[in-house]
Amino acid sequence: MAEITEDIKVAENIVHKKSSVLTDKVMHYCPGCSHGVVHKLLAEVIEEMGIQDKTIGVAPVGCSVFIYNYLAIDWQEAAHGRAPALGTAISRLRPDRYVVTYQGDGDLAAIGTAETIHACNRGENMVMIFINNGIYGMTGGQMAPTTLEGMKASTCPFGRDPKTDGNPLKITEIVAQLPGTNFVTRQAVHTAAAVRRTKKAIRKAFEKQKDKTGTSFVEVVSTCNSGWKMNPVDSNNWMEENMFPFYPLGDIKDV
Amino acid sequence: MKGNEAIAEAAIRCGADGYFGYPITPQSEVMEKLMELQPWNSTGMVVLQAESETASINMLYGGAGCGKRVMTSSSSPGISLMQEGLSYMAGAELPCLVVNVVRGGPGLGTIQPSQSDYFQSVKGGGHGDYKLIVLAPASVQEMADFVELGFDLAFKYRNPAMILSDGMIGQMMEKVELKPQQKRWTDEEVAQMNPWATTGKPESRDYNIITSVELDSEAHEQFNHRLQVKYRELEEKEVRFETTSVDDADYLIVAYGSSARISAAAIEILREKGIKVGLLRPITLYPFPTKEIQRLAPKMKGILSVEMSSGQMVEDVRLAVEGKVKVEHFGRYGGVVHSPDEVAEALEQKLIGG
Repeated sequence: MAEITEDIKVAENIVHKKSSVLTDKVMHYCPGCSHGVVHKLLAEVIEEMGIQDKTIGVAPVGCSVFIYNYLAIDWQEAAHGRAPALGTAISRLRPDRYVVTYQGDGDLAAIGTAETIHACNRGENMVMIFINNGIYGMTGGQMAPTTLEGMKASTCPFGRDPKTDGNPLKITEIVAQLPGTNFVTRQAVHTAAAVRRTKKAIRKAFEKQKDKTGTSFVEVVSTCNSGWKMNPVDSNNWMEENMFPFYPLGDIKDV
Repeated sequence: MKGNEAIAEAAIRCGADGYFGYPITPQSEVMEKLMELQPWNSTGMVVLQAESETASINMLYGGAGCGKRVMTSSSSPGISLMQEGLSYMAGAELPCLVVNVVRGGPGLGTIQPSQSDYFQSVKGGGHGDYKLIVLAPASVQEMADFVELGFDLAFKYRNPAMILSDGMIGQMMEKVELKPQQKRWTDEEVAQMNPWATTGKPESRDYNIITSVELDSEAHEQFNHRLQVKYRELEEKEVRFETTSVDDADYLIVAYGSSARISAAAIEILREKGIKVGLLRPITLYPFPTKEIQRLAPKMKGILSVEMSSGQMVEDVRLAVEGKVKVEHFGRYGGVVHSPDEVAEALEQKLIGG
């Protein structure tokens, strides 16, 4: 088998190669995690647009804190929730650069809600990528602002009860209402077709930045099989059945 | 002009790239003046009113991460909100300038002047082993001068710097000599002078990462050690202070900012009575003029730390003196400013026993 595998590794057989913006570091994500796919798409968009030297990224606190190990662009690692504040200053002080923030739900929609709302409301010229898996992955599966009603997490072990735990937050619908956003979309990466649509959305968000007309916001509804305590296939199915009805996919705003 | 206005004027003139702030009394004139002067039309300086002090300090993180000269100003409660960001900036070795026009605390406290943020300023303030470079102006002129000095030190050591002022100096009006307009650094100069900055990765270098996280504890100890080496260098090279009438003095007052001016008047009162008192005014509160206090202490019969707090700097004076001389504290606090007479009386009572 090994010999056959080596035999087919020739230039004319290559139909897909790793983006040159991705580093050789092995990602630390759990098998089945959506982060790796979104990282890859982000890298591909940056490579295809030829903007590796013009892009400054802002990393969050959460599972993707080390995104800077995987994409070879200049990065700043923000305090928990503060990526849009960093992005604001970077964008204003370097208007000749593309700015991209990458955050999870706890980061963007709980501790950083104020920064998210106000950066989007001011219409800061940056791409905001929002990974929504409805759970705190890095700290071990606690309830997130986007945890669904009835969904179990380590800090709502009997399922989220809106009466005591509050309601899941549709932050993306909120930022879509703000005059500062020029493109707001919700995507997923659970199928090949969805991956292609998400890549298109990220590309569009970056293209939108050329006109300097505000914040371009891409939510990716994602799985966290470790946090959800399901295998990757079950996680994808569970996401389709439970997450998508509450967080429907598609463009919410495009102006 | 007012001390707060001098900060704004000096910021533009020294070629600062950005100011990010949130209104709070008694320092709102800083941002008001900047907005009125519209430096984005003249020097290209960015001025932005943020949604909170938390956002302001993180905007500084973003701007400093790009190698830009960025600053904010606030007063005590707002500075408390910034402590997380300051810790991150110290951890990521980012230079910035933060002005604290101190008011009385704790809590919402009062809007009147105070010096009760000394501990927070010189001992780190946020989590972790770090220090801010802390400058204490005693005049409106120094408010202006320390903006450039603060930026210079911050960039030299890649560490946040703070101007620790108070509501009195912020609101006080005095004559100021402003420096001529300096050019802002170009993006090319920024990239050349700050090769660590995130300016967009060119072919010629590996990509830059601004971060304060290191999960390997051995590596993180090494990083912390590097920070400590930097602080020892600061303590060696950057101590600034001013002494007045210390040569023949039997007693020493140690006081900074507003209290130094009040103490200077108190010393005149005491000298008229024949009590020889000198003044040591720390200009850098971190690094603290420990060695100068150690040098002067053996010549003194007693030392009085005068500060508008219940006694904070007095601890550092005592650490310097190591019990060799009596060290007492005097100060009104909670927003009350002591008078020269009160200081003079306190010195007599606490050190001479009158």
